[in-house]
Amino acid sequence: MKLRDLLFPLMAVVCAFAVGAVVVLIIGDSPLQVFSLLLGSALSWPDGIGYTLFFATPLIFTGLAVAVALHGGLLNIGAEGQLYVAAFATAWVGITFAGLPSLLLVPLCCLAAVLAGAAWAAIPGVLKARFGSHEVINTIMLNFIAVALVGYLTQYHYRIPGDPIMESAPIGDTAQIARLGSVIPGLPERIPLNVAFLLALLAAWCVYVLLWKTTWGYEIRATGQNPAAAEYGGISIRRQMVLTMAISGGLAGMVGINEVLGYRYRYYDGFSDNYGFTGIAVALLGRNHPAGVVLAALLFAVLQRGGVPVDAFTQLVSKDIVQILQALVILFVAAEAMFQWKWAGGRRQGTASGSAGAVPSAQAGTATVGKI
Amino acid sequence: MRDIFTISLVFSTIRLATPLVWAAIGGLYSERSGVINIALEGLMLAGAFTAAAVTFYAHSPWVGLGAAGLAGALVASVLAIVCIRFKANEVVAGTGINILFLGLPGVLSGALFLSSGSTPQVPQEQLLPTLAQLVPVAPQWRIFTNVSAISMLALFIVGCTWYVLYRTPFGLRLRSVGENPEAADAAGIRVERIRYAGVVLSGVLAGIGGAYLSIGQSSLFTRNMTAGRGFIALAALIFGKWRPVQTMLACLLFGFADAVTIQMQGVVKMPSGDDVPVQFIQMIPYLVTIVVLAGFIGQSRAPGALGVPYDKEA
Amino acid sequence: MKLELRNVTKRFGAVLANDHLNITVDSGTIHAIVGENGAGKSTAMRIAYGFYTADSGEILVDDAVREIRAPRDAIALGIGMVHQHFMLVRPMTVTENIVLGAEPGSAVALDLRKAAAAIRGLSEEFRLTVDPDAIVETLSVGQQQRVELLKALYRRAELLILDEPTAVLTPQEVEEFFSILRRMRSQGKTVVIITHKLSEVLAISDRVTVMRDGRVVGSVKTRDTNAAELARLMVGREVLLRVEKSPAKPGPDVLTVRNLSVQRVNGVSFAVRAGEIVGIAGVEGNGQTELIEALAGLLPERQVTGTISFGGRDLRAVDARRRREIGIAHVPEDRHRRGLLLEFSLSENSILGVHYRPPAASGVGAMLLDKKAIDRRAEFVIREFDVRPPNPALPARALSGGNQQKLIIGREFELPPVLLLIAQPTRGVDIGAIEFIHRKIIAMRDAGCAVLLVSAELEEVTALADRLLVLHNGRIAGEVDPSLATAEEIGLLMTGGRH
Repeated sequence: MKLRDLLFPLMAVVCAFAVGAVVVLIIGDSPLQVFSLLLGSALSWPDGIGYTLFFATPLIFTGLAVAVALHGGLLNIGAEGQLYVAAFATAWVGITFAGLPSLLLVPLCCLAAVLAGAAWAAIPGVLKARFGSHEVINTIMLNFIAVALVGYLTQYHYRIPGDPIMESAPIGDTAQIARLGSVIPGLPERIPLNVAFLLALLAAWCVYVLLWKTTWGYEIRATGQNPAAAEYGGISIRRQMVLTMAISGGLAGMVGINEVLGYRYRYYDGFSDNYGFTGIAVALLGRNHPAGVVLAALLFAVLQRGGVPVDAFTQLVSKDIVQILQALVILFVAAEAMFQWKWAGGRRQGTASGSAGAVPSAQAGTATVGKI
Repeated sequence: MRDIFTISLVFSTIRLATPLVWAAIGGLYSERSGVINIALEGLMLAGAFTAAAVTFYAHSPWVGLGAAGLAGALVASVLAIVCIRFKANEVVAGTGINILFLGLPGVLSGALFLSSGSTPQVPQEQLLPTLAQLVPVAPQWRIFTNVSAISMLALFIVGCTWYVLYRTPFGLRLRSVGENPEAADAAGIRVERIRYAGVVLSGVLAGIGGAYLSIGQSSLFTRNMTAGRGFIALAALIFGKWRPVQTMLACLLFGFADAVTIQMQGVVKMPSGDDVPVQFIQMIPYLVTIVVLAGFIGQSRAPGALGVPYDKEA
Repeated sequence: MKLELRNVTKRFGAVLANDHLNITVDSGTIHAIVGENGAGKSTAMRIAYGFYTADSGEILVDDAVREIRAPRDAIALGIGMVHQHFMLVRPMTVTENIVLGAEPGSAVALDLRKAAAAIRGLSEEFRLTVDPDAIVETLSVGQQQRVELLKALYRRAELLILDEPTAVLTPQEVEEFFSILRRMRSQGKTVVIITHKLSEVLAISDRVTVMRDGRVVGSVKTRDTNAAELARLMVGREVLLRVEKSPAKPGPDVLTVRNLSVQRVNGVSFAVRAGEIVGIAGVEGNGQTELIEALAGLLPERQVTGTISFGGRDLRAVDARRRREIGIAHVPEDRHRRGLLLEFSLSENSILGVHYRPPAASGVGAMLLDKKAIDRRAEFVIREFDVRPPNPALPARALSGGNQQKLIIGREFELPPVLLLIAQPTRGVDIGAIEFIHRKIIAMRDAGCAVLLVSAELEEVTALADRLLVLHNGRIAGEVDPSLATAEEIGLLMTGGRH
């Protein structure tokens, strides 16, 4: 990793915060108060750190999902729909096979999450491969459809009669996975941080190995970098589109493991706090590298944790400010050229840059973007 | 069936298609100049919120409308700078704008109105008027003027756009910049300036489309009230082959699908006799969009340089 | 119009494209600027046209210093430019293309009829016949070039800069083109041609300026010089204008093509034997690209009719990956589009096409990349094929065109191939690398490989090929012996005449 790879995300964050501070000022609150609440509450033990890591878990999954897709030249905006479908599938397996022992049921539920997410993401992949229709619009449409579909299933088929809340019946006891509080001293079990967090870190490592150490990853990256050259090299572009989307969806689907098996032990409608969209910001900020994704996820988790006291303790600013900061990060990261200009003193540097396996940035035109 | 296909269906179609037409025609200016505009959704939200908030204070929908156009122009300028000046990936930058407007209206309405995302209701007489309210007409014709002034204006805008695009020098230059910016540059045309114009125009029009949602069709702004219309407008643009009249027809088609599904609610029943679950009806516009896009994108020829930032020294 | 560049310097990042250039073009002359790829000639003229701005130096038009900051300024002064890759908006009409930027009528109403009339007038005056209402996309390359010339003339250009104007013309079209230039000169116009084709320079120009590595190394009256001297000035040393090769010893048929049709290919039949180079000559756009891509397996199979057999077996059902496995190598004509992953390292590029099997891949199911083996292979290719700079970790983007080409050739030649498909092997490559690549191709032939070579450079394909096929309109117009055929004969076939 070159200095540039670390410096630019940092500058993007700083700029985003600067603009965010201006927004807060315009509204009439104190940026200092807002930001200290935003950042400060994340550092307490056990609640601050515990909740921050818990919030980071789904963001790591969706961040990885978007990052893998971007490496393949695809923009997966559908993580939101994919994780809803996956979470429901997880709950369904947990309810339907409730009698099975843990050793069988937990992996089965996890598999359901991954497969459901992968399948939901494969749909836009196939649409693009077969018809050339752009994945951005299709994934967004499927987000709406997923939410409606899962809402229908919950409301009409899987709710406990008489329960006013839109949630499913609980999953079997043997499907639940352990909270980290049961193994880490000092961490109470009421904090929902669970094994899925470790799974997320494992997933990050696996994505790293996949992309840069395997032939499959080589093909994904080549397709994303230059589909014509990949085709020349014997790679089937269409198959890559579908597989890349499937992997991406599978990663997004793992959010279901954290949510259903580790936290609520049932499917709870509307549980996602924009994890899918935040995943985009996380991936871009982390420059599509798994390590960067984990760090960026932690940053956004800190912000999300801080959003609660901001909502509660400031006069006028609501926790939407977090979303605004995310959007600003995306814009500043996308405008990367802005920093290059400052860095090189007014002229873009020559050609040699970046290490081998350079990550595709938010810069001009990912290869398979297509015409929309 | 007879209950569904009534005259009110025609008006419903027009009503539902109107914001799509504004947004899609706006998108046309941007995309014909070569800049992908994924941010139509965010631009509409910006316009919707601004219109509702400003109308509440100014007590006039026209002031609100103007403000909405201005807000759209402002937001689009940001998109333009990020994409044109800094050569960002247009889809990513557009997504950023969209996410921004998931949250910004909430923050602003919290500050202005102490609410969690909605603006206060605007009284009926301060909403965008229908044609009937503007032009007094004999009673037997009144039913035909029960359509919003903004819908009529949309028709006018489509005609204008056709003329501008194919009969004025600006339109010729816009099209050339979108097809082959190098050629346009070699002919002495300021490529970046034209692209800025295209993007900012798309902001103005999409903003007005959003304003129609909040102070024309409704009477307030609610969180995420566009519900994907910006993307459907983009799909209509593609379906309409980036041409003004065809795009308008595509928007009418989508509006029609939307109107039919609304009419179906409560009328069409499941085989068991129960009402169709509302979620299935909600899904229909999105399914239609997917099907349309899959079926027709192959036949659509996008502007040649769409999505490729112009970098002379590359 | 007299044009002078005085002490013009231009830098692109670390590259010094123009180094204190002094060029003088006298009024009413045809002036050629020659140099290798990368010598800086296009850059210099683009500065004169306002596409780029010089870092330092001055431009003088008719002995007065002028500020030219954008093409607008150049056009206003009467300077026009026709680029190597045409600057035409393909879906628009000829008239729309010509008037773009100088539209008649008012700001709210285009007057295309007035424009069409003016264009017809110019057409007749300079004998550049073209239909004003035709869509540019439907025009032939020669006609498109006429549109480009009309564009400049419509804006009353007195000085025309033409960048590699004959690259896409047949020998006959080149003659027509020259007579157009002579007519313009007799009308008092000044013409600057940027080219690397020495024979044409000697045929048409009054004066030649030679550039090398961003500097002017010589400026002579054309009739006082010859090809050898110009070549020496261009390269800085004696240059072998003809490549040495021993006669071919062909073996059995390796590739047999019968009635192949796909897209622009219209029923082509030929065979390539082991140990021989079959050349395909022809103006670009006559099916060469599609032919090579079909043979490499890169076109959709359902569009392909006819038979392709390789070593006796039918290639039709075999996909691109498998074709490489059985020994068909492909050096693509567009190295940036097809041949390289520019952001990837040289190492990762060196395994493109073989990345999924040993030695690049190892482990269970050949899933893991074996970095050491990959680097070793990359280093071997870099060494054997003189790729510079010799650092396997660099991104491919950092290399010059010639070195990128050498990397691709090294990668493909090391397969090792039984059949070699090569298209435009030395496009955009400097002379030193050209010699190297030519020698390597001949070495492959001598080692028994069957070589199918497509090139738009007549000199190259006649020098390398043992047998020469000429493609026109997707068909083989004829076959000639390259050591005996004249440029006129080949040119005739290129335009569809019978042998």
